[in-house]
Amino acid sequence: MSEALTFHFDVNGEDFTSAGQASVRFKKNMRELGVDPEIIRRASIAMYEGEINMVIHAHGGVADVAVTEDAIEIVLKDKGPGIPDIKKAMQEGYSTAPDNIRSLGFGAGMGLPNMKRYTDEMEIESTVGVGTTVTMKIKLK
Amino acid sequence: MKIKEVKEFLDAELLCGSESELEKDVFSACGSDMMSDVLAYVKDQSVLLTGLVNPQVIRTAEMMDMICLVFVRSKKPTPEMVALAHEHGLVVLATEKRMYEACGILYSNGLTSKGVKKR
Repeated sequence: MSEALTFHFDVNGEDFTSAGQASVRFKKNMRELGVDPEIIRRASIAMYEGEINMVIHAHGGVADVAVTEDAIEIVLKDKGPGIPDIKKAMQEGYSTAPDNIRSLGFGAGMGLPNMKRYTDEMEIESTVGVGTTVTMKIKLK
Repeated sequence: MKIKEVKEFLDAELLCGSESELEKDVFSACGSDMMSDVLAYVKDQSVLLTGLVNPQVIRTAEMMDMICLVFVRSKKPTPEMVALAHEHGLVVLATEKRMYEACGILYSNGLTSKGVKKR
């Protein structure tokens, strides 16, 4: 297999206005690589949801993307508060986002389930007080 | 339905978009103020009607491959948002109509939530 193409994105958690910028750049990168539009859409939505989560809950973080012939792998890493109960967090409609986030159109408790829905594989590793790493894979073949 | 017809039916003001972009066809639409729901339930929708005003509306539309945004209830996007929409090639319209009425007008004129884009 040929070597993976990698992309790194810093997710600024300072203010909500910029949330989503990394995903917009990611989508542009994937278009430039000539990835199938339907796959780009699924990967972009998953990344966007993850990015928004990092801004809402973890003051930002980093996103690393690796594209091989077989798959797009997205790793989102933050040093936020961690997720105490991952099973609960995966339930549709469950959210710990504050009210001000809901008034911005997010925090409906659909982020993580949506990320799972749009990707082929998803793993969450989280330690309370240390941070969370979400690894998602979208198959290209 | 063409975007220019969306504009006419809703008596909307054009905030961003060229003549040629107004000629583009749209096949389905969705109305929501919750971007979370747009991201979760929407598939292949080319028009988003919303009363929410922030940059994430533009980015959400871009993520979902939408091509037309309609702000309802006389909501107006900021110049920064319009610039962002322009960058992504999105047509932006604004109407005085409320969400229910705006959706109803488009729906009864044939723009349902289930239209399929011809590939």
